[in-house]
Amino acid sequence: MSTTATKKAGFGSVLWDYLTTVDHKKIGILYVFGGFFFFILGGLEAMLVRIQLVQPDNDFVSAQFYNELMTMHGTTMIFLAAMPLLIGLMNVAMPLQIGARDVAFPFVNALGFWLFLLGGIVVNISWFTGGAPDAGWTAYAPLSIFSEGHGLDYYSIGLQITGFGTLMGGINFLATVITMRAPGMTMMRMPLFSWTTFIASILILFAFPALTVGLFLLTFDRLFGANFFDPSMGGNVVIWEHLFWIFGHPEVYILILPAFGIFSEVIPTFSKKRLFGYSSMVFATVLIAFLGFMVWAHHMFTVGLGPIANSIFAIATMAIAVPTGIKIFNWLFTMWGGTIRFTSPMLFALGFIPSFTIGGMTGVMLGAAAADFQYHDTYFVIAHFHYVIVGGTVFGIFAGIIYWWPKMFGKVLNEKLNHWFFWLFFIGFHLTFFVQHFLGLMGMPRRYWVFLEGQGLDLFNLISTIGAFFMAAGTILFIINMIYTQAKAPQASGDPWDGRTLEWAVSSPPPYYNFKQLPLVRGLDPLWIEKTEGNGKMQPAEPLDDIHMPNSSILPFVMSLGLSIAGIGIIYQVDNPMWWIVAVIGFVIFFGSMAVRSLKDDLGYHIPKEELEKEGDGSNG
Amino acid sequence: MANDLLKSTNLPQDPERATLEGKNKFLGFWFFLGGETVLFASLFGTYLALKNSHLDGVPANELFGLGLVFAMTMILLTSSLTSVYAMYHMKNNDAKKMNLWLIITVLLGLSFLGLEIYEFQHYVRDYGHGFTTSAFSSAFYALVGFHGAHVAFGLGWFILLIVRNWKRGINLYNAPKFYIVSLYWHFIDVVWVFIFTVVYLMGVVG
Amino acid sequence: MILALILSGCGEPFLSALRPKGQGASDIFELMILSIAIMLFVFVVVMIIYVFVLLKFRRKKGQEDFIPEQIEGSHTLETLWTVVPIVLLLILAVPTVQYTFSLVDTDPQVSAEGEEEEQLWVNVTGKQYWWHFEYDGMDVTTSQDLYIPTDRKVYLSLHSEDVIHSFWVPTLQGKMDVNPTGNRNEIWIDAQEEGVYWGKCAEFCGPSHSLMDFKIIAVSPGEFEQWVNDMQQVSEDDTPESQVAQAGQEVYANNCMSCHALGSSPNKIGPNLSNFGDRERIAGVLEYNKENLIEWIDTKGEEMKPGNLMTTANYDLSDEELDQVAEYLMSLSPSEITPENAEDGEYIDSDLSDLISNQEEGEEGEGEESEEDSEENSEEESEDSN
Repeated sequence: MSTTATKKAGFGSVLWDYLTTVDHKKIGILYVFGGFFFFILGGLEAMLVRIQLVQPDNDFVSAQFYNELMTMHGTTMIFLAAMPLLIGLMNVAMPLQIGARDVAFPFVNALGFWLFLLGGIVVNISWFTGGAPDAGWTAYAPLSIFSEGHGLDYYSIGLQITGFGTLMGGINFLATVITMRAPGMTMMRMPLFSWTTFIASILILFAFPALTVGLFLLTFDRLFGANFFDPSMGGNVVIWEHLFWIFGHPEVYILILPAFGIFSEVIPTFSKKRLFGYSSMVFATVLIAFLGFMVWAHHMFTVGLGPIANSIFAIATMAIAVPTGIKIFNWLFTMWGGTIRFTSPMLFALGFIPSFTIGGMTGVMLGAAAADFQYHDTYFVIAHFHYVIVGGTVFGIFAGIIYWWPKMFGKVLNEKLNHWFFWLFFIGFHLTFFVQHFLGLMGMPRRYWVFLEGQGLDLFNLISTIGAFFMAAGTILFIINMIYTQAKAPQASGDPWDGRTLEWAVSSPPPYYNFKQLPLVRGLDPLWIEKTEGNGKMQPAEPLDDIHMPNSSILPFVMSLGLSIAGIGIIYQVDNPMWWIVAVIGFVIFFGSMAVRSLKDDLGYHIPKEELEKEGDGSNG
Repeated sequence: MANDLLKSTNLPQDPERATLEGKNKFLGFWFFLGGETVLFASLFGTYLALKNSHLDGVPANELFGLGLVFAMTMILLTSSLTSVYAMYHMKNNDAKKMNLWLIITVLLGLSFLGLEIYEFQHYVRDYGHGFTTSAFSSAFYALVGFHGAHVAFGLGWFILLIVRNWKRGINLYNAPKFYIVSLYWHFIDVVWVFIFTVVYLMGVVG
Repeated sequence: MILALILSGCGEPFLSALRPKGQGASDIFELMILSIAIMLFVFVVVMIIYVFVLLKFRRKKGQEDFIPEQIEGSHTLETLWTVVPIVLLLILAVPTVQYTFSLVDTDPQVSAEGEEEEQLWVNVTGKQYWWHFEYDGMDVTTSQDLYIPTDRKVYLSLHSEDVIHSFWVPTLQGKMDVNPTGNRNEIWIDAQEEGVYWGKCAEFCGPSHSLMDFKIIAVSPGEFEQWVNDMQQVSEDDTPESQVAQAGQEVYANNCMSCHALGSSPNKIGPNLSNFGDRERIAGVLEYNKENLIEWIDTKGEEMKPGNLMTTANYDLSDEELDQVAEYLMSLSPSEITPENAEDGEYIDSDLSDLISNQEEGEEGEGEESEEDSEENSEEESEDSN
């Protein structure tokens, strides 16, 4: 690998560059694009679902296909869109924010990405091999055991692969935050997005293994004749529900906390004020994460765990509203007394506050166990979690993508198009989901392929579908904007938003080594401090010296490929034992690459001091 | 600069944590073990929920014999101790002795694995207690087998490291690798202690 | 109150959780209103601050260089918005816990005089994609339509024979899962007015999950008593009046009887058809008329209820036979009490003590009876196969 950064390169070498990269910024871009691809896919599935429900007794899609659509919509959006998009933004911004040159494990970082992408592709291959998974994204046993075809096998194998990747990513971020912070960047000076990355990574670390075990048991039940969930063989179906939700509830906070972090960056920047109640924000984040592990059974109030368990989980659930409320008020008071600029990231943040407040309110209502007997598994729940996940996470992701777009691609997205995008998406979102609260209470359970005529559900379903088209139109506009901006917009400066944190102290996009000299951090919002008290530039914390960089490697890709091949072999060995050969080949590739990684010394390389001196300033573009 | 990493002279007190990479690995691996703990905890939970669902098959208290399992436990505990010796010699930069103790660790691990395979075979052959017999048997083999797979992986890892570094001694680059695999080995050992207690002891008593 | 009025305009009276007709649904509705009121209060506070901030603190022209004061936080404010929500949540938590217990309390109620209530229990079985109801100790079995007496609690014991379902009648009570393993869940329902209430499966159970409807038919206690007595008389040997129907009975005996039972026992693979002539809907969802019924039998419901078990049934009927068997099925109306009685407003009282005390005194006898029944039936079946 050459030490000089990017020159004009052919398509082949760019491809090779991205296949082998271990640079957190490039991996972040890969994550964002991978996640966005799946976001579009999941969105298409959602559109088909809404078209099916536009009128009563509709037969636009068959029952089986509908179930595949809604299963894959949920699975794709949670595992393959929302989470990778967030992890992508973490990769792009977090190391810069804490003043690091890279993450702690660049190799593992790349591995995490390729596992996610190939795992996601494995799940989606099922569309072409006789039917996608059809048991809902929660895949409750024993329905998931009895489901015919290989759809559920793809689900369990594919998600195990992506889950493994996510776990790697989480560990990587944890170590990065702990050991790689720049001089002076204490934990309590970290930007809130870095904090939420850290906390979300802890959640990933402790939540994902439960899912892995659940999927592992499911795989064994389906492919190897085990009996964990088969009622007739003494299995217990409630075990799956517990395992799934022990993972599933923290997962919700894995999705929402980083979004909180993004808003905590965007709101101060565009209000020109420091975050109100920084330490209580950190405290609230930690508290939410902690409580997040103790409330999983609120997804299971109607399972029959008994009133004692239900009451305990109900109260624990309600308790989460308190730290969340603290956050909402802190954001409001961050803006109080500031000067608010209505840029598009800020619009998403402002749209988020009322939307998420509604989502939080319905969350408390759902937490009231007795009332949940009515809400559970109805469109009320659908409305609630879309208010949280779209109104919170997706708004956050869009705010983050627009906010850090210059850091990724060196250009600022067109503001005018983005304003249109926001309004279309925001109005469409409320049209789609607000009425669904009422649909649920009026007696429409979720996952209904058709609803009958004469039940009073027609009008609101129609409104909901119309709203979905608004959201789709907004998203298309955003795609147009990306292309338009990359083609037309001028090069952005290092600090296009008048930012406060370290990522704005380097050029857009930053040099591949991030910081020529590690910056000296003098407090919260370090760049803002230098702007108001210094000369506007970060002071170096070390003399200019050689920079140690990791080598690129194709191994992460090969390993992931091997694991995916092995997974597909395992899926089909039930039909024909010859597929074991494929599985073995896959495992040989996987463990072989692992062995190569272990055997080959990989010491990285150094960028010599002289070369760094030749290059420009590197800070502030 | 870079070559310093591969020199095996003048090593600091804790060679495994002397470099940033080493520190990262050390920390990251601890986190990984945290995740593994949840993994095994979930398997334990599943096992506990299903241990009485043996249908017509043999119940736990008739199946398990403690003698063999106790021997296995002792073997694995001893192998943990021998890996500690190996780490002690690593810190003293004595590659030969380290390798010796590592080989002993591997041999102990192999005999543990052999006994486990024998044990499983015994259950299947003499009791008809196969993986698909009942929910209990599935849960048993999933938990204990998953641990066994970890042992096998650890052995492969040990062997790979011993072979790779046989001639070149200890340095700042490979010291963290040795240290981490021994950490992994201790973890497996601790998990086994829980398996011994929860599965075998409680199985025989209950 | 206003809130309750607005919300109660929502949805159909037979389906909407916002128009409660039973104790359970009313309790929950009350809790809903309380929680919405608290939440709306919070929302209004947030929105007032939000709108004020957006209007007051937007950047105006000429303010580009203005640097606002960098405030760290405020302990007073932060304490305020920690404590107030806690208080609000406590207000909500008390009735929540109370109802969480009372809604699933299936122990016999004890009256003020210390008398223990005599409970009416129904065993509910969920199957892909229909519901089966056995009245405990009464020798009465139905499918799809559950008749209950008004103004008393009916206790349900829920069990599934395949995947997880969930029993939900929005107007009467919250839902409860119907599990294939582990716990047999119990819940009670009651109806305060006569009526036909729609029930739904609320746990995703396969392709026809959305078509797994059932009906609760709440009639006055006296009418219920009569219905039970009538249903106890049902036998497979009852001959219908019309000739077409008699021919249909023949077709039924040769093709349908191995899966569908008439009378209270034994249970078979398919729904019990004892009072099929009084059903509200065909297969729970289709409009009740002869064309639909014929199409259903002819196509085995392949399109009408995808994934249902009847598609595996092995029979082939001619158009004539279809007509005959449909005629026969629609003639199966053993009782005067039908869903119409649930809507006619006529109220006959009864304490049902005959039915329920029967159940306790004669439990053993009844058991024997049903065994005899099943023996008879199996004899008949074997004759058929001969």
